[in-house]
Amino acid sequence: MSTPVAAEQTQVEPAGAEVADSDTPWRTVVWNDPVNLMSYVTYVFQKLFGYSRDHATKLMLDVHHKGKAIVSSGSKEKVEADVAKLHAAGLWATMEQPS
Amino acid sequence: MNGWRRKGALIAASFEQQEAAVLRGLVSQLEDMLTARAEEAPQDELAELTGIRTGPTESPDDPVLSRLLPDFHKLDPDNPSREDLDSAAAMRSIHEPELLDLKVGVAKVVLDTLPRDGGDVLLTEEQADSWLGALNDVRLALGTALDVTEDMPDELPEDDPRSPHLGVYHWLTWVQETLIQALTG
Repeated sequence: MSTPVAAEQTQVEPAGAEVADSDTPWRTVVWNDPVNLMSYVTYVFQKLFGYSRDHATKLMLDVHHKGKAIVSSGSKEKVEADVAKLHAAGLWATMEQPS
Repeated sequence: MNGWRRKGALIAASFEQQEAAVLRGLVSQLEDMLTARAEEAPQDELAELTGIRTGPTESPDDPVLSRLLPDFHKLDPDNPSREDLDSAAAMRSIHEPELLDLKVGVAKVVLDTLPRDGGDVLLTEEQADSWLGALNDVRLALGTALDVTEDMPDELPEDDPRSPHLGVYHWLTWVQETLIQALTG
């Protein structure tokens, strides 16, 4: 995100060897990008998910400092809808099922 | 333009003629790109009968459009799994038509509320949210085209061809930031 603070990148954890079964919840991941403003990302998390300002700020800082954050989880349909909403807001979001 | 401010239930700002021209120009260009992408979508009789639209399955080649219309999965750039590729293609086909509608919609709100010759803009909160989305889309487009990085300086060396455009990008950032402040303050 666009700020004067230097971003620190952390390693993405390696995927586990087990195959995900269909009951494992999906999760919505938001990735850091150099354009979206920190204030805007916080605003979007509050507006789309109804999160408190504190929770939305914490998630935004995770995106900024760690390179990504999991912002919601649940059924495939729910997470797919969440990703679509985040794309409409211009955030770089993807969905995954942890294995 | 001195930033957005609250005016009762509305959000207000005043734009100079040149500022309005720059912003309208960028938003119109983006609207044209999105509309052209929407027109590339496959047309078929079944979709017309059922009203269920399907979009393209492939990510746009253009990096600006590709940033505005991301994949639903993080695809390994070197060796994406077949499962992820198939799923991302299916989801793009389902969701892209609506995403394009939404983005064209917020662009139209800006073009409908920002006078050609500049002047006062008064927005409801709903319109302000559309502006926020459109400003963000324009910044994403320009930021991608200019290859903006996290630690982008305020000014680039004079011989950098991107130099004149970076000022516009920073101005848009400021317009968006003050709009967020007016909405949340």
